[in-house]
Amino acid sequence: MKALFIASSLAASLVVLSGAAHAQQAAPTKIDPAVVDKYVESMWAKAPDPWKTVPVQDETQRICTETRNNPSQADFTKIMEREKASVVFPADGKVIGDWKAGERVANTGTGGQFTDGPNTPRGGNCYACHQMAPTELSYGTLGPSLQNYGKDRKFDPAEARNAYAKIYDAQAVFPCSQMPRFGLHKFLSEQQMKDAVAYLFDPESPVNK
Amino acid sequence: MRNVRFRGLFAAAFGVLALSSGLAMAQAQQDDAEKEIERYRAMISDPMSNPGFLAVDRGEVLWAAKRGKKDVTLETCDLGEGPGKLDGAYAKLPRYFQDADRVMDIEQRLLWCMEKIQDLDTADVRRRRFGGPDYTSDMQDLVAFIANKSSGMKYQPQESHPKEKEMLAAGEALFFRRAGVMDFSCATCHGDDGKRIRLQALPNFSKAGKDAQDTMGGWPTYRVSQSQLRTMQHRLWDCYRQMRMPAPEYASDGITALTAYMVKMAAGGEITVPSIKR
Repeated sequence: MKALFIASSLAASLVVLSGAAHAQQAAPTKIDPAVVDKYVESMWAKAPDPWKTVPVQDETQRICTETRNNPSQADFTKIMEREKASVVFPADGKVIGDWKAGERVANTGTGGQFTDGPNTPRGGNCYACHQMAPTELSYGTLGPSLQNYGKDRKFDPAEARNAYAKIYDAQAVFPCSQMPRFGLHKFLSEQQMKDAVAYLFDPESPVNK
Repeated sequence: MRNVRFRGLFAAAFGVLALSSGLAMAQAQQDDAEKEIERYRAMISDPMSNPGFLAVDRGEVLWAAKRGKKDVTLETCDLGEGPGKLDGAYAKLPRYFQDADRVMDIEQRLLWCMEKIQDLDTADVRRRRFGGPDYTSDMQDLVAFIANKSSGMKYQPQESHPKEKEMLAAGEALFFRRAGVMDFSCATCHGDDGKRIRLQALPNFSKAGKDAQDTMGGWPTYRVSQSQLRTMQHRLWDCYRQMRMPAPEYASDGITALTAYMVKMAAGGEITVPSIKR
């Protein structure tokens, strides 16, 4: 209960903080989307296949861009429903894999870059943005800390399932979240996502130590 | 009743104190790390030992070299301040050029001058747009030379011409545009104060001010990790690589738009280049 209170007050202060940071941004300058498309084409119209279509926005990216990640209530609901429908859970219902493999997923920041080969290992690069195991000091601060993630949720299987959904498609949980949709974009494999969930939810994982 | 409420208040206040002292400790550690990085930067930014100045020297030679079908130098090239006038030119780029009837950044303008003044086939120059271990880049060298002529001056974004206004608005739109397999925009990493990726501090480019000034004031820079003088053109190419976007076209209007936007956020920032970075 106390932990919950601290967590929620921390979350509240973070909301206030990020709200304050964004308040310093000037209001968006108006521009015809067709003009922006022209500039986008100037950079990528000559990109080779299969890269060519990557810069084209899907509906969710378009709305989050247009509203600077503050969608209207109606759009919020629409995005959440659409993204929720896209989440595919493992057929056997098991969302927890191997935490040691999950640690590799969290630490690996390669793969999918235009300078990478097709066989470059891919990772979720979780540590780029999140604090996780207390022993890993090289972590980013773009996302919230995930220390004790499973422990704080009493290793609840329903919470593990939610975490799988969040990794698969962060916007199914929170529309216009800054986090990548790793499953929707097929950036991570089902096994990698299960392993990442294990890194968060296995009691033996250093995240919970 | 009153006592209970008082105790509750006390507990809450204690909780906030404990929480904030934890945060303060983490903040102090980060401040120490940043002070060390600052010390390292100061140590390596000695002009006498910064290899970026070799690029400046090569650029000076290229500027005065007769090339192309017309066998002339670039010395009549107008970078915005008048033909051959280099002092302060970089501080006002990108800007509108009447002869081309478009807004150009430094790379676009240099290529334009090579093609129009020298009648140079720029295919080879474009191929060597980013220097590698076995070859130098004329473009990197020329940008280093010209930017250095604005050292000690301040960025003055140009926004009076309608085409400059469009360029700026497009740059802002591109900065906040989410796309690709990571759903990232530039603002994902550069949209808030005091954030970092792993241990690397991220400058906030979503507003005008110190972060943008300090960052833009140090480009072009000699990248120790790459053993190359690099320009903002290369840095943006590298950002899109990390965002898992396709490689952006060199000297395209999209890159110029983003540069124009960043220069606007850096207005008034002092230029000290080439700098030297990790």
